[in-house]
Amino acid sequence: MPLVSIRDLSVAFNGVPVLRGVALSLQKGEALGLVGESGSGKSVTWLAALGLLPRHAKISGSVLLDGREILAAPASELDHVRGGRVAMIFQDPASALNPVLSIRKQLCEALALHRDLTGDAVKAEARRLLDLVGIPDAARRLSAYPHEFSGGQVQRIMIAMALAGNPDLLIADEPTTALDATIQAQILELLSSIRRETGMAMVLISHDLGVVAENCDRVAVMYAGRIVEEAPAHQLFADPVHPYAQGLIGALPPLDGPRRRLTAIPGTVPDPASMPDGCAFAPRCELAAEPCRLATPTLAPIADDRSVACIRAEASRRALLGIAAE
Amino acid sequence: MNSPLVEVSSISRSYSMRSGMFGRSTAVHAVDGVSLMIPRGETLGLVGESGSGKSTTGRIVLGLEPPDSGEVRFDGKPMATLATPAWRAQRARMQMIFQDPLGALDRRLPVAAQIREPLDIHGLGTPPEREDRVRELLRAVELSPAHGGRYPGALSGGQRQRIVLARALATKPDFLVCDEPVSALDVSIQAQVVNLLSDLQAQLGLTLLFISHDLRVVRQISNVVAVMYLGRIVEIGGADDLFARPEHPYTQALVSASPAPGRRSAGRIVLAGDPPNPAARPQGCAFHPRCPGAIARCATETPILSAVGSNRQVACHLVTGPQAETRDAA
Repeated sequence: MPLVSIRDLSVAFNGVPVLRGVALSLQKGEALGLVGESGSGKSVTWLAALGLLPRHAKISGSVLLDGREILAAPASELDHVRGGRVAMIFQDPASALNPVLSIRKQLCEALALHRDLTGDAVKAEARRLLDLVGIPDAARRLSAYPHEFSGGQVQRIMIAMALAGNPDLLIADEPTTALDATIQAQILELLSSIRRETGMAMVLISHDLGVVAENCDRVAVMYAGRIVEEAPAHQLFADPVHPYAQGLIGALPPLDGPRRRLTAIPGTVPDPASMPDGCAFAPRCELAAEPCRLATPTLAPIADDRSVACIRAEASRRALLGIAAE
Repeated sequence: MNSPLVEVSSISRSYSMRSGMFGRSTAVHAVDGVSLMIPRGETLGLVGESGSGKSTTGRIVLGLEPPDSGEVRFDGKPMATLATPAWRAQRARMQMIFQDPLGALDRRLPVAAQIREPLDIHGLGTPPEREDRVRELLRAVELSPAHGGRYPGALSGGQRQRIVLARALATKPDFLVCDEPVSALDVSIQAQVVNLLSDLQAQLGLTLLFISHDLRVVRQISNVVAVMYLGRIVEIGGADDLFARPEHPYTQALVSASPAPGRRSAGRIVLAGDPPNPAARPQGCAFHPRCPGAIARCATETPILSAVGSNRQVACHLVTGPQAETRDAA
């Protein structure tokens, strides 16, 4: 049984659909990457699944955690899931911490909520977590306040808080986007070493294809509120099938080898309030044909572990091979 | 090589910073002895992490801020004094593009009026000529004249950055300083703007100083790349060669930290320690506390940028070795 299984998840804000039928499943211990541009629904998928969206959001579909429905579950049950079984870290760690409470207070609060620990055991565990995420001199630093730490250290503290509930799944939403390159490398290294030790599953949401490629087993590409392609990470980057996935990879300037003109995707992401008919990517797609504008393509398997939502998938694959053969 | 349009010789700039309300003020050396030379029609890329002084360098080169010491020469002449007519004439020939296009535009003015503004300020052309020029500029950045009537809020991020670019080009500048111009844009839009910038550079013969933390984008657009760390240039060389064979341990770590699709993170250099704090610059080589190969000498003696091979300069004792020192002394 998968750890998480999302089916037909849709979200609308004030009648404007932002998520339009997302299906995803995640095995225990797996690292899944979610890529796509701003507004594609990467974050909303998980905020909706965990009941973290504002009340006026209209949510439908199903989210199973270990076979149990958690979408629209009662608050008492969600409190056990959020921060306990599923933890989340965000792009801006500084705003996720309370500036007027010491790190010890905030870590111990998370521990008291999700673990049956009391007194000195809580403090010892808080210290262990801070050690685990590589904050030097953990015992003394526990009494410090968020502003006394650097950006990378604050993200480490957020990771420590996320680990407080011994989660089975960590949702990392752009965890390194606000950090400098060398600090990003440290945080990613930390996340993968924690995953090696604890066997925790991870969803890595990022706009950075490189970050996802290096840190995930499987990748799902989102566009305009839907998943358009899903594949093992190395396959997606070596042989993307959906024209949008191809475009994203072609738009990334290479760091070595000869320079080439970037293959920019023309146009912009459609406005969710006025979605084009049929495939949402068709207006920007070079391979779009008449039928693309008639019906929204569904995510269909093209191999054991790959699926793509594109009726021109065959043509797009041939086009790619044609380019490669030159 | 073309004659240099911009020559920067050992500029330094420090700010005084007070810690707390009654704390002693300390000098923060944002830029410390930076020298650069940009040939006409070429692009110099400036990379580094936050606090490395790359933006301050850009502002000094543009004359938005005077250096404490050192000199910037533009087209063979020193920079004119701030806010004089000579300065204004010189400034029309150099423009700047920032990361946040929405912050650079006035939300309450149609974008065409904003593109026109530099023409009004510098008194270029008659009013009808200015209107024509605005339409021409909109076309140059691949937007339609209809976009000109819109307000910034009604445009997408990529379109806004095109408007900023059109406005920067209004006075037909020779030199453009681009400070993280595509960092806030999505990958596919980023590629559109990078392509547009290269096309415009080729058409108009623009000279660019391109500041970014994104190594990929910098390599794509630059002829020469300089890597900054805590206010100093630690390595400079041809773009392709620098990223293929980085010599300075910091450049090596930066290149290795840049994730690539199709490569697993095995063998990545993960630097220990925090990003550098410009207010507490380490003695000797500023990078030595984080450097995996630091030797005793690195903690005491600041390495000097010295030539390594024909097209590369590196400031590192490990790379240049003691013999470089004696060569300099001789």
